[in-house]
Amino acid sequence: MSMKVAIRQVDGITILDLSGRITLGEGSITLRDSVRDVLAKGSKKILLNLGQITYIDSSGIGELVSAFTSVKNSGGELKLLNLTQKVHDLLQITKLYTVFDVWDNEASAITAFG
Amino acid sequence: MPDSTTSRVSLTLGSSIESVDTVEQTAEDFAQRAGFDADTVPNIVMAVREAAINAILHGNSYSPEKQFTASFETSSDGLTVRICDQGAGFDSSRLPDPLAPQNLLRGSGRGIFLIRAFMDEVHFRQLHPGTELTLIKHRAPAKPVA
Repeated sequence: MSMKVAIRQVDGITILDLSGRITLGEGSITLRDSVRDVLAKGSKKILLNLGQITYIDSSGIGELVSAFTSVKNSGGELKLLNLTQKVHDLLQITKLYTVFDVWDNEASAITAFG
Repeated sequence: MPDSTTSRVSLTLGSSIESVDTVEQTAEDFAQRAGFDADTVPNIVMAVREAAINAILHGNSYSPEKQFTASFETSSDGLTVRICDQGAGFDSSRLPDPLAPQNLLRGSGRGIFLIRAFMDEVHFRQLHPGTELTLIKHRAPAKPVA
């Protein structure tokens, strides 16, 4: 199963609901293109909802990092929402959990954007 | 119950994402057959997938003329997986540490780290040309009978 992205706006925050696998190839490219598109359209506050992500590999982790730095370099903010246990564990062992701003409640995450 | 008999398979595959998916599925089958628990199987599968990705991406550079092999063996000791590519080879001791502060925000370079995190033994061997990566996961020692 490849990755799918649904994009919605809530209180000025662009939320990307991701589902499926973020892996080398299609999944990573879809994530990269989606973040690039919303940035190009002027979104600066981006929330990636990973609640329906079933699998992520090292390429997918790298793509999350690249998305984080792309948004930051554009003067924006990127936060993560609803990590599965597996994604949570992977971010822990790669020491990225402290890099990302991670939330498990959408309303709280939206409020946390500056 | 784990299958205690020795079981082997060797696949020779092209340098494509579809081949990585085949290796991933085979790894899941063998890890389950070897009797690893539900928490360990996904970790083994991820490690093997990362090794296969390294073979096609960094080893064979997606070359259609190059193939890689993936060999799986279960035994009473656990699971051994060997991935061999036909690339130029590399020095595993010179891989940058992905946990170092200066590397933390790099978009790549975590594959070997994850393999080492999830497997009990990881060995590299230069094949001239190519690299053989051996991944071993031992079965947990049996609990003593009370």
